Amino acid sequence: MATNTPSPVGKSVPRVDGYEKVTGAAKYVDDMAFGPGLLYGRLVLSPIAHGLIKSIDVSEALALPGVKAVVTGQDNPTRLGLYLKDRYIFAYDRVRYVGETVAGVVAISEEIAEHGAELVRVEYEELPTVFDPLAGAQPDAPLIHPDLGSYEVANFIFPEPGTNKSEHFRLRKGNVEAAWARCEAIVEGTYTLPQIQHAPIETHIAVARWDPSGELTVWAASQSPFAQRDLLAQSLGVPHGNVRVISPYIGGGFGGKAGISIEANVALMAKAVQGRPVKVRMTREEEFITTNVRQSLIANYKIGCDADGNLLAMEVAYYFGGGAYNDYGVNIARAAGYSCTGPYDVANVKGDSYCVYTNHPIGSAMRGFGMPEIHWGIEQIMDQLAAHIGMDPAEFRRRNCVRHNDIILTGMTMPNVNLPACIDKVADAIGWDREARPSAPGKHRGKGIAIMWKAPAMPPNPGSSSIVRFNEDASVNVYVGGQEIGQGAFTVAAQMAAEALGVPYEWVKVSANPVDTKYSPYEWQTVASRLTWSMGNAVKAAAEDAREKILETVAAYWDEDLDDLDIKNGVVVSYKSEREQPLKKMVIYGLPNENFEGWQGGPVVGSGKFMPTYVTGLDPETGQGTRAVVHYTVGAQAVDLEVDEDTGAIEILKIASAYDVGKAINPDLVLTQIEGGAVHGMSSAFEGLRFDEKGRPINGSFVDYKIATSLDAPREIHGDIVETPLEDGPWGARGVGEHVMVQTAPAIANALYNATGIRFTDLPLSAEKIFLAMHPDGVELTCELPEVL
Amino acid sequence: MLHEITLTVNGDPYVVAVRSHHTLLQVLREQLGITSPKRGCENGECGACTVIMDGLPVSSCMVLAAEADGANIETAEGLAEEGDLHPLQQAFLDHNAIQCGFCTPGMLMSSKALLDRTPHPSEDEIRHALVGNLCRCTGYVRIVDAVQDVAKES
Repeated sequence: MATNTPSPVGKSVPRVDGYEKVTGAAKYVDDMAFGPGLLYGRLVLSPIAHGLIKSIDVSEALALPGVKAVVTGQDNPTRLGLYLKDRYIFAYDRVRYVGETVAGVVAISEEIAEHGAELVRVEYEELPTVFDPLAGAQPDAPLIHPDLGSYEVANFIFPEPGTNKSEHFRLRKGNVEAAWARCEAIVEGTYTLPQIQHAPIETHIAVARWDPSGELTVWAASQSPFAQRDLLAQSLGVPHGNVRVISPYIGGGFGGKAGISIEANVALMAKAVQGRPVKVRMTREEEFITTNVRQSLIANYKIGCDADGNLLAMEVAYYFGGGAYNDYGVNIARAAGYSCTGPYDVANVKGDSYCVYTNHPIGSAMRGFGMPEIHWGIEQIMDQLAAHIGMDPAEFRRRNCVRHNDIILTGMTMPNVNLPACIDKVADAIGWDREARPSAPGKHRGKGIAIMWKAPAMPPNPGSSSIVRFNEDASVNVYVGGQEIGQGAFTVAAQMAAEALGVPYEWVKVSANPVDTKYSPYEWQTVASRLTWSMGNAVKAAAEDAREKILETVAAYWDEDLDDLDIKNGVVVSYKSEREQPLKKMVIYGLPNENFEGWQGGPVVGSGKFMPTYVTGLDPETGQGTRAVVHYTVGAQAVDLEVDEDTGAIEILKIASAYDVGKAINPDLVLTQIEGGAVHGMSSAFEGLRFDEKGRPINGSFVDYKIATSLDAPREIHGDIVETPLEDGPWGARGVGEHVMVQTAPAIANALYNATGIRFTDLPLSAEKIFLAMHPDGVELTCELPEVL
Repeated sequence: MLHEITLTVNGDPYVVAVRSHHTLLQVLREQLGITSPKRGCENGECGACTVIMDGLPVSSCMVLAAEADGANIETAEGLAEEGDLHPLQQAFLDHNAIQCGFCTPGMLMSSKALLDRTPHPSEDEIRHALVGNLCRCTGYVRIVDAVQDVAKES
């Protein structure tokens, strides 16, 4: 009798992409060979933050030997965008940030392209600038997009033409004004975050070839090959079937390689030199300023609770600094609006969330999509409210956090999650009830806690699909269009397919690298922590389809009832007759009829799809609706840290995290997300893009913009997994890739308060800022400065 | 101007004509097709292009190719011997010390250079040896654990 298959779901099987990655065999776009015909592109960037383009003179650049073409905004003045079509591929009549692409030079070498770019002469007329989103939202602010009213926009986004507000989301629930009187404690405050960069180690890169036949092929480091195909086809006026986007492994995304960035620029450059591939690879400096960044935020809060610690009312206003183009940013402001309370059950809510144009780099998707930004203030105010009424901060959160079946702020019923379990786990792991002593005199030790929620923020109906195909030896190829960006998507796809088919995990190969829109099954985008859930459901459906086809063939062969058959460890078994039929050969050649009088069955290919069908629209005046989002993932973090009063430097000693992932398909991969995210979140608390008064970036390098190194990462990173199954998740799974860094910064701030008694409302937490706050009356120098510095 | 240089890469001898201003990274990737050293910043800041040159880890984007004349270069492609993974490669797999994989070859070479010189490093020594190799995905902890495991076993 066939033995039961060891269940691969829930096992920490090794990564399927591991071997390639440790041997140096894994190919990224820059590693692909395009032959001697390859041309190189260089972008000409705007040196000013806001201005009209008066003239562009490309003659000198074109005259340079080796330059093949120069492309400007005049070549394709159509707009590009996913939610709000607000930008030209190359700036057309106006530039709106330093680093905006104005022209592209194509040449036979990188050196000549770079030289050619220096020879493009652009004359600008400078315009007044807006750098602060709150100032930009005022009626008298200079307009960055005077034509906002004419832009094509998704039906759930509400720009305010005649202003710099590209989105205004309103949330109205209960009666905030009436509730304040019943509050025992009310805390108000303004919290701010600067723009930060994703800083993937691989910079943006794209290669494009435009064939004279009209076919466009783009090789890109992309989280969104299919969305890019759609946007390129629309913007360039090419049939979708003529656009092919190929994306091999990508060297880190974090949202920065979602949607579309330089890919359309490179496509236009390729159009100018038809038949030859053109490669553009961003320099690290360009990566910092020309590609997307996380939005800045100015957030005003007023939150109140009663004497027992029950939250009664919350009023928030979020001003996201969306940067020069808000194609993606509008949906971040919207997500921040419909989740504006954070993970709390509050009866009376007034929320306004704005995305505001500024003359800074393009604010776009970044791991957490608006949630790290709003939790920075929310989670610090929760600590202050708890202190006002004399309640432990962990207990305050247990009391108020969202629970299963709560009617949350949008009117949606909260799906099943267990946030109190997450709080308990991190409190336990960090030793919440025990006082920890500083390691030395002059050091201050503190602990902090913070919780979070986040829903996948996306259109209501993003789809996934998958194909499962058998080979002669019953090995299986699983096809998906989702991208392996380091999170382990291919590995869990293999696990799910094996489980649903009933074959050993080792028999399954994921055929998904590179993702190729010409051959891969459709996947909306690798964003929003949605693959394990959405793509996972598609893989499961495809595997079940293949399984069903196999069982139908065998049932007919044995003349048995389909319901009595199963596949166990790669063998079809009958529970009724106890017969067995190995899958080998029959999954391609089928099975013979009695006495070989003909055959039945044939090559087994299963297909499956998933698309959420139940998300509803929200009332534009109140943000109320039946179901705002598909679901939420929740979690908690606690931090133990030490501050040096002589330097203001923080050492993070330990971060403990716990998330409710529904079902961990691969527990160790979940832990790698939790650990990596904790350090990413920690790093984000110390990061910030800086600009001079003209909007010119001044820290666009890893020397001036520090990301966490091996020395900064805490020695102890603890992770716990909570599993409360999600109704429509594969085996109950929901995503966790972004959530892992959402509340790290406020957990650090709360620990910092615990250590120093000082509340820091503005990121980044520089050592200088902390030192000065710890020494409000100045410091006496204990050493003599040399006379000449 | 072209310079003819001789260098050994992963045990194989090469003679290549290189331009004066081209880096070792460019020559490895574009002339020899050895692509595990990655371009992350081309400024010596990220460590993704780390190779071992005559026993020492270097950012190959900061070494002029002409300077590598006569040098012995090791890259991630040369770590496995006859199909057997190097203990560091195996440890990176066992610890799931990989995510997007872009920093991995450089991380492996810095780790190997450390263990070649210091077979039994402390955690501090490992963290210091890897400080020039940026990783945005893993949080470093599993990478440090993987190196420690190999150090214990050797």
